Amino acid sequence: MLLEINPLVLPDPGLVIWSTLAFLILLFVLGKFAWKPIMKAIGEREQGINDAIASAEKVKAEMAQLQNDNERLLAAAREERTQILNEAKAMKDKIIGEAKEQAKVEAAKIMADTHQAIENQKMAAIIDLKNQVGNLVIEVSEKVIRRELSNKAEQEKFIGDLTNDIKLN
Amino acid sequence: MEKIPEIAFYIYFFMGSNSYLCANFQGLMSKKSIKSLLVAAFSLFILFFCNISTAQDHSENHGEEKFDVTKTILEHIRDDHSWHLWGHTSLPLPVILKTDKGFEVFSSSRLSGEHHEPVVYNGNYPYKSIEGKIKVVNADGTIDEATSKKIFDLSVTKNVASMFLTVFLLIIIFVGVANAYKKTGVTSAPKGFQSFIEPIILFVRDEIGKPYLGHKHARYMPFLLTVFFFIWINNLLGLVPFFPGAANVSGNIAFTMTLALFTFIIVNVKGNGDYWKHIFWMPGLPVAMKIFLAPIELLGVFIKPISLMIRLFANITAGHILVMSLICLIFIFKSVAASAIAVPFAVFIYAIEFLVAFLQAFIFTMLSALYIGMAIEEHHHGDAH
Repeated sequence: MLLEINPLVLPDPGLVIWSTLAFLILLFVLGKFAWKPIMKAIGEREQGINDAIASAEKVKAEMAQLQNDNERLLAAAREERTQILNEAKAMKDKIIGEAKEQAKVEAAKIMADTHQAIENQKMAAIIDLKNQVGNLVIEVSEKVIRRELSNKAEQEKFIGDLTNDIKLN
Repeated sequence: MEKIPEIAFYIYFFMGSNSYLCANFQGLMSKKSIKSLLVAAFSLFILFFCNISTAQDHSENHGEEKFDVTKTILEHIRDDHSWHLWGHTSLPLPVILKTDKGFEVFSSSRLSGEHHEPVVYNGNYPYKSIEGKIKVVNADGTIDEATSKKIFDLSVTKNVASMFLTVFLLIIIFVGVANAYKKTGVTSAPKGFQSFIEPIILFVRDEIGKPYLGHKHARYMPFLLTVFFFIWINNLLGLVPFFPGAANVSGNIAFTMTLALFTFIIVNVKGNGDYWKHIFWMPGLPVAMKIFLAPIELLGVFIKPISLMIRLFANITAGHILVMSLICLIFIFKSVAASAIAVPFAVFIYAIEFLVAFLQAFIFTMLSALYIGMAIEEHHHGDAH
């Protein structure tokens, strides 16, 4: 009974039927020809944007990776260079050391050889001297023997003189 | 008129926030109360116009033609069998009647005379348009209520015509937009009208569909979008003060009832076991409480769509009444000076009505989505209620 108070709040059955019809037509036509393609297109675009963002993200990550790799390579190259330099230095030092060592050995050898030679020369000289001394002795002895060993004092003096004469270097 | 408080109570009950509506609704009921309402609502400038007002009232008593505010406003917000164009010119619309003597179709121009006054048309019965409704009249001009009840009015009224105009507009707009998507493809940015419509569609999807329906939203999007745009465009057309607007479609309870009925059907058809269980045997409560809650919940099943129906109807109707009331102030005071206040106020309310047009479309759609969402929601066991 409440609804009979005012025509404003009394739903008109004719209008209800027309509204239902209008709404159903709208729902059907728009559902088929508008909402479906629109929602699909919007969905596809969103998907596309998402994909684009994802791929951009991926490329960015790849770029970062690449840069990382580059840096790593650079660092490795630097390291290698340092290592090579160090090795070269070590090699140089080693070579120099070896050369020095060799030189030392060589020098020592030369010295030893020289010593040997000097010794040999010395020995030869001594032998020569001995021989000369022997000859001188023989000569002196000859002279002594020749002067007739009459005077003993004189003999001794003579020997002394002779001895004085013979100076070993 | 003695039931006004009751109606007002119902409106209060359903509306809650829209206090201005309640006041207006009462105002609508009687011409005396509309004046008292206006006095109450605009006491500030009523005070200012106090002298003019009393002077006018005095002369009004002696006036020949008394201006009836309620009648004027009601004429503007109710449905009609012809579409008023200008002055005494109306667009005649087909009147379709189903009587016990069969269907009958005639032009609505037969129901109005030379000066736009209702005249009797003799079809199967003698018909006369009384306050926008077709009534059967007796020979002496009195309404034959018994026979009037028997005729079923299926006329293409102003509201029906306006509604189909909206349908036509919506189909043109959205099929056009859909074709734009097909033509330009999905990779390019939206252009022209498409770029105006797309954010609104996305708004409906992201603010209404997704939050309330979750992953199932795609299925209900056509319904939600159709409801949203149908209401919105009808609201906007209703705000156009002349042809082809001026029909108060979304402020008509039959229209809002139909839409609410669709929501009601979807909710109850799509409602799952959990939904019915929550109505009849609320889980997680003592048995006594379950028994107590069942009738309340059952009532809620019907109150939800009824609230949808009344909210939209009342908001749009209230807006129209408010604008009309403000304009009518000029005629009540019979002074051009009143327009200095009335017109800016009316413009202000008009601006608000544009917001309300969108807001009510949004609220109707959102609540529909909410109710559907509640009905199809899958509860997890052990939920706290």
